[in-house]
Amino acid sequence: MNKNWPLWEVFIRSKNGLHHKHAGSLHAADAQMAMENARDVYTRRMEGVSLWVVESKHITASNPMESGELFEPAHDKVYRHPTFYPLPDEVKNI
Amino acid sequence: MRQSLLTYTLSLGDNSMILGQRLGEWCGHGPILEVDMALTNISLDLFGQARSYMQYAAEVEGKDRTEDDMAFLRDAREFRNVLLVEQDNGDFAHTIVRQFFFDAYHQLFLKALCESADERLSAIAQKSLKEVNYHLRFSSEWTIRLGDGTEESHQRMQAAVEALWPYTGELCTSTALDIEMADLGIGVDVAELKAAYDQRIAEVLKEATLTIPESGWQQTGGKEGKHTEQLGFILTELQWMQRAYPGQKW
Repeated sequence: MNKNWPLWEVFIRSKNGLHHKHAGSLHAADAQMAMENARDVYTRRMEGVSLWVVESKHITASNPMESGELFEPAHDKVYRHPTFYPLPDEVKNI
Repeated sequence: MRQSLLTYTLSLGDNSMILGQRLGEWCGHGPILEVDMALTNISLDLFGQARSYMQYAAEVEGKDRTEDDMAFLRDAREFRNVLLVEQDNGDFAHTIVRQFFFDAYHQLFLKALCESADERLSAIAQKSLKEVNYHLRFSSEWTIRLGDGTEESHQRMQAAVEALWPYTGELCTSTALDIEMADLGIGVDVAELKAAYDQRIAEVLKEATLTIPESGWQQTGGKEGKHTEQLGFILTELQWMQRAYPGQKW
């Protein structure tokens, strides 16, 4: 039996309206413990209003060896950025 | 009346501070990083509560003493905390069982104290209750997890329940001061909480497959300032700086 508890990734929504952001990881025996550990380790300084925890093994990560084909084709396509439009001042989080 | 309110307020602060000091001893020694932080978070919550009570006590007394004087310059016999909170950390099972036995009481007590006619005590209770709801969630869950865990965790939890059970009776035993403050609408007649307390304990221990000891014998005295030898050791560590260098400030 593996005596180490599985690893979990923690995502925090810092305020309503914003999306959850990856905050870090922790160890826990199950989802409930992961939630409480996340509360104790990552939200002590008012960091958030909502928490997600997901066991790390459920995350599929891109392979660094494939970075060339995955990401480099975007380098010369500056027209894909929405920077050619004037933004109204009221729009903050884009 | 002023003297009674002072003693009563200090007794509430003492419960929180002594348990907070005990939990603080876990800092850097927790079984895993996450639990280490959880225990010290709870400790800091309790110190915050103690501070609120002791600030108020100093105002009630009206003699230019501060919350620091209340915390650092009273002797063991002047402390009015229940015996349960001063008991040794022991192993993790003892710490969890002590926490659960106190949290279950603390939540019921604070809910009642929210209704206090004394606005300050009521406000402190309302703020503390949110913290204590989480403390109880944490300690109940660990009680169930370890009680209904492996053979060893079960056996350690049962040993802790048996060692600490004799200190639970004092929680819901009203002293003359409790009754005096309850009659004034300021405090809580804790004897009235006993049925709900016993039910809460029984529910969680049942789910944890732990058994309540049959012996009904209960230890009391903390609320009258008669403590176990443990408190002296706690205060020695807690107070030595102010005792060795009186008037030191940060």
